Amino acid sequence: MKSKVKKVLVIGSGPIVIGQAAEFDYSGTQACNALREEGIEVVLVNSNPATIQTDKEIADKIYIEPLTVEVLEKIIAREKPEGILATVGGQTALNLASELHEQGILDKYGVKFLGTDAVAIKRAEAREEFNNIMRSIGIPILPGVTVNNFEDAHSFAEKIHYPVIVRPSFTLGGSGSGVAKDKEELRQILDLALRLSATHEALIEKSVSGWGEFEYEVIRDSFGNSAIICTMENIDPMGIHTGESIVVAPVQTLSDNDHQKLRSAALKIVEAIGVQGSCNVQYAVNQSTGDFTVIEVNPRLSRSSALASKATGYPIARVATKIALGQKLHEIKNSITGTSAAFEPALDYCVVKIPRWPFDKFPQSDRHIGTQMKSTGEVMAIGRTFEEALQKAMRSLEVKIPKFIPEEQLNPATDLRLFAILELFRKGVTIQHIHEMTKINLWFLQKIFNIIKLEKKIFSQPLNREIIREAKRAGFSDKQIGLLKNIDEKELRILRKSYGIIPTYKIVDSCAGEFDAITPYYYSTYETENEAKPLEGRKVIVLGSGPIRIGQGIEFDYCCSHASFALRELGINSIVINNNPETVSTDFDSSDRLYFEPLTSEDVLNIIENEQGGVIGIGTFEGVIVQFGGQTSINLAPKLHDYGVKILGTQLDGIDIAEDRERFRDLLHKLGIPQPANGTAINEAQALAVANKITYPVVVRPSYVIAGRGMQIVYDDQEMKQYIEEAVDLSEQRPVLIDKYIDNAYECEVDAISDGKDLFLGGLMEHIEFAGVHSGDANIVLPSLHLDEGTKNTLIDYTDKIARSLDNIGMINLQYVVKNNVVYVLEANPRASRTVPFVSKAIGIPLAKIATKVLLGHKLKEFDLTNRQNNFAVKSVVFPFLKLVGSDIRLGPEMRSTGETMGIGSTFEMAYYKALLAAGVKIKPVKSGTVTALLSLREEDKVYLDSLSALLRSLDIEIYGTPGTATLVKGAKSVPKIGKGDKTNLDVLETIKSGGISLVINTPRKGGKPNTDGFRIRRACIEKGIPCITNVQTAFELLKAMVELKKKELEVKDIAEYWK
Amino acid sequence: MMINKKAVLVLQDGTILYGRGFGASTTKVGELVFNTSMTGYQEAITDPSYGGQILLMTYPLIGNYGINKKNKWDSNYSWYESSKVQVEGFAIRELSDVTCHVESNSDISKFLEESGVPGISDIDTRYLVRHIRNHGVMPAVLAVYEETIDTKKLLDELKFNYSSIDFVEKVTTKKPLIFGEKNKQTVVLMDYGVKMNIVRELEARGLRVVVLPSFSKFEDIEKYEPKGIVLSNGPGDPAILTDAHKTIKQLITKDYPLMGICLGHQLLAHAFGGKTYKMKFGHRGGNHPVLNKSTGKISITTQNHGFAADEKSLPKDVEITHVNVNDNTIEGMKHRSKDVFSVQYHPESCPGPRDSKYLFDQFVKILK
Repeated sequence: MKSKVKKVLVIGSGPIVIGQAAEFDYSGTQACNALREEGIEVVLVNSNPATIQTDKEIADKIYIEPLTVEVLEKIIAREKPEGILATVGGQTALNLASELHEQGILDKYGVKFLGTDAVAIKRAEAREEFNNIMRSIGIPILPGVTVNNFEDAHSFAEKIHYPVIVRPSFTLGGSGSGVAKDKEELRQILDLALRLSATHEALIEKSVSGWGEFEYEVIRDSFGNSAIICTMENIDPMGIHTGESIVVAPVQTLSDNDHQKLRSAALKIVEAIGVQGSCNVQYAVNQSTGDFTVIEVNPRLSRSSALASKATGYPIARVATKIALGQKLHEIKNSITGTSAAFEPALDYCVVKIPRWPFDKFPQSDRHIGTQMKSTGEVMAIGRTFEEALQKAMRSLEVKIPKFIPEEQLNPATDLRLFAILELFRKGVTIQHIHEMTKINLWFLQKIFNIIKLEKKIFSQPLNREIIREAKRAGFSDKQIGLLKNIDEKELRILRKSYGIIPTYKIVDSCAGEFDAITPYYYSTYETENEAKPLEGRKVIVLGSGPIRIGQGIEFDYCCSHASFALRELGINSIVINNNPETVSTDFDSSDRLYFEPLTSEDVLNIIENEQGGVIGIGTFEGVIVQFGGQTSINLAPKLHDYGVKILGTQLDGIDIAEDRERFRDLLHKLGIPQPANGTAINEAQALAVANKITYPVVVRPSYVIAGRGMQIVYDDQEMKQYIEEAVDLSEQRPVLIDKYIDNAYECEVDAISDGKDLFLGGLMEHIEFAGVHSGDANIVLPSLHLDEGTKNTLIDYTDKIARSLDNIGMINLQYVVKNNVVYVLEANPRASRTVPFVSKAIGIPLAKIATKVLLGHKLKEFDLTNRQNNFAVKSVVFPFLKLVGSDIRLGPEMRSTGETMGIGSTFEMAYYKALLAAGVKIKPVKSGTVTALLSLREEDKVYLDSLSALLRSLDIEIYGTPGTATLVKGAKSVPKIGKGDKTNLDVLETIKSGGISLVINTPRKGGKPNTDGFRIRRACIEKGIPCITNVQTAFELLKAMVELKKKELEVKDIAEYWK
Repeated sequence: MMINKKAVLVLQDGTILYGRGFGASTTKVGELVFNTSMTGYQEAITDPSYGGQILLMTYPLIGNYGINKKNKWDSNYSWYESSKVQVEGFAIRELSDVTCHVESNSDISKFLEESGVPGISDIDTRYLVRHIRNHGVMPAVLAVYEETIDTKKLLDELKFNYSSIDFVEKVTTKKPLIFGEKNKQTVVLMDYGVKMNIVRELEARGLRVVVLPSFSKFEDIEKYEPKGIVLSNGPGDPAILTDAHKTIKQLITKDYPLMGICLGHQLLAHAFGGKTYKMKFGHRGGNHPVLNKSTGKISITTQNHGFAADEKSLPKDVEITHVNVNDNTIEGMKHRSKDVFSVQYHPESCPGPRDSKYLFDQFVKILK
């Protein structure tokens, strides 16, 4: 029995990166709640401000600080926690805790590991040890060996025969892993793998591509009681990372004997490892022989456990936390049914998860999916049949399927494989053929084929009640059926309802109906009984933001969760609709009622109609909140409005003015507010005319964009022609927008709330980079650094005027450019922006909550809106470049980042340094012990060379330069251009690759192509893990921060201490 | 291939659900019960404990991995738990139109048809589960038909009292069956509707297993000089099996080591002088937690029972060893001074978790 702890340190997972997304805010938040229920004081550390867990309602002390060992030691020294919970913050937290343990820091301060301890973690993660344990308990493993050099790897691969899979130890999302078919591929993959491994080790294993892949989510307490919470089957067989696979729960193709073998093995494995909490066990199963082998185990909360929680309704993080405190599994309550947590959830539905990939943002990147993660998020859907769940999941993705050649997506697979299979079935390709190409189990292929079979039936037969009902039960949307019959969606909806075909809602209750459930967690299906009786009393629907993708991340889920919390505070029933299994908003206790549904107008309308309770009417449905779920929810506004649904806050007309360039231009013109010169064009000739009129450079983009998709800075006619050619497909009937690009100007943005009368300016932020970098990718400081009072007043004045003109109620975000004291408006977004959580945390005011209350009629003057900021706050970002092979890291008007960090400090430099540190910028000395920086600047930036090199010298950083740059800097060492070096005088690429450089400052020329030297330098940095700064302002501020850091110690404080 | 058969399920309280029919075109009556296991439908429908019942699976997708007729019911490895389909009817949400398993060589529809058992699919099974949960298990009639059917007539003819029928005599073996070689230790397995995996588990522990009909007298049993006795699972109300109560009492008196499973456990309770009662909707599935009171540990168990032993009715020399964590019902007991123990759940699994096989080892240890 563990002694009772009173204070616990919980480590979060930091910024959202590929392989580590919102699921850890979800599990961390649940864990904090579970701890505080027991009267335990919670100290939370996470550098990601867009998290619910960093709210003051969730933890007692909140450290929004970089997740490094140094910072954690400072926090431990200050807070003296008795225990540390490291299993709810992903691989990041686990690695940090292991390091704290190994460096003796935990012992030094007497901090106990709660839950699965360091020894068990090592058993699970260090392959050699893991394999030994598996052998000792008779669990089959793949032949494999841990290596730290190429020779050993190759000789082993020869022995067991290629192909082999290379997997670095202690990494997340399969980073650096890959399947090597021969010696050369092995050399390449291993090089990266060893560098990425925390221990400079990688595992070489026999590749079992094509075998079935299964996951068992296990929970075990410290007394040895254990249960399987969820079983999952990957539709994509081995060879594709589970995070990249379409996954179904529960397993579908295993007999009871198969299943029980894997189940018993999973229990045996967690026992042998000594898991105390949650654990994920992955298997490969050869389904033609029944042989299986364990692939790996994750002794912590994971993406899979978040999915398992949402798929079953079982709160794994909560139970794992109680176990970490020494409680017995059967003494913990299942909060859903009131029965014990010691049971295995029984599902009476089918769950499908589909990953969401960012390739729309990275057109240059390789679309193949494989052993490492490239997806940023996922959707989940629930149905009573597989077809229904799959189709609901597909429409939850919100993707526009690009043109593609189906055969080319099958093997090796791309993100389009599912769509390709559907397309091939349409063309008459056989199930057997697809099976041979993909190794996807015939059961799944048959089910996917059923969709096409039904599609053909709908197409060829007259519409009647039976066919519509059959289609709905197989998950077809009204829109899909309408398209097949050439009938408008709206008309089909009327027809369907006239047949009495309306969805029923069923509860996710963890027990297949065996016990009465109190959870308000529903999904739709077309059955007999509707369990979702309309809620009594006042109620409001909050539309969620769907899957995490670039441009629409966890920030919006944070806002939606806050909206739900605020409604509850007002005594109004909050109803959340969302389809993202990773998030806090889809936790069943985040709202009064959760509908786990696609975010399409049909699905949302169905829910609204259900809640309205028919003609009699039950409860008071007050409207829908669309302003927190990013583009997903705001895009639904027109259709909902069309059906007469009440939108709370800014009305459709205001939204439309802000989105429609013409109307917005007219508005600004009327208000006398400057805007960069602009125009629209629907063809090449028009575009060239507009651009020449407003003069290059110009920013071009399709209308109605999300996070700068298809946006580009264009410098001349040639580039314009090329853009128009490539972007036509993106814009279709919608015109291309052309704006004058105002360079060397400050970009600012504002998050504000208006109540129709007053305006509350949450924050006036300044971008560190000059205008031209997407606001989602920019480093942002609050308060602004360079704006004088006059300019600030102008910004406030403009914000107020625009908000009034849009009749804005609730959140509004405005983006400005300031040059030569002129303030230009870039855009207005009458909704919550991604900076809302950042600003809320910086100023100590929960903007989204207040905005929600304003939407419900409250006035700003009712709230205490004292800005508590007493410091500088900087938001920095992280990028997925490493995972996306072939992508360039240069920044531009297209958003590329996946996540954000926050640094807070008494000076700007301190705050900025911490934000970058949190984002993983680490400047390490090279072998000789000195720190070196390589400068390679474009022509127009060379004016900064003197001041940059002065700063570098003051930091004792040795300066290297490409020949052009080096001649301009006194004392700089010249490095030959790519291909111009030799054995003794390595060229610049080789110098970076051989580890001779600590930091690269490379500012790319306009319009850089993938094959330029600059591109290769930047890619080499990414692969070598060397900070590469591509923007002069960023470089200056970083170096200045480093100068400051030489004088000062890193500040580490509870967020409340930063506030006044 | 599926022909367009129709089906209807009519409950005693007048609830009617129309669906798609499969299996045999016939009409059957039984007590409608639900099972929450997500795998193991072949094991379930061949489990004699379901005698007299229409089985509803709560998991909606059934038949995915087909039916395995390759391995016979009495072989070492099989998906059969007896020689045939034992349920009166089978009710599910969706019948898979494809089977994907390497060991499969048939499908449910054919399998039921060969056994003359009707099946219904495409009904809101969850609705029925909630209905049963609220109103208790009840008799129902399942009809598979091709043209039309008179549901009112079906309801009128629905005269069925589960507790009054001796299902054991219908499912038990008519003559002794012997598994294992002569030179091994012999145990007698009383067949009240035995699941074959009990035989397999005992055999795997080096025992010769003599399976005797439920109506066997003490003298018939004694003849085999068994080192111990296992009382099997089975269908129906344990209270009406008074002959079995008597026989078991004799066995206890003569100090035979004894292990009871499910119905065997309930019969043992009666033999001890205790009572059993009918539960509202019973426990059927593979996910119930059972606490072993002596170790303080739990096991996830396979359950299939609609009756339970009444704790208050049991004499002092009986100790409760296991309880259900959810509802505190008795899951296991033992005699304080004799080598007699029993569990309400299924240590032989099939379908379901294999966590409780240690009980067979425990049985082997007490053999004389």
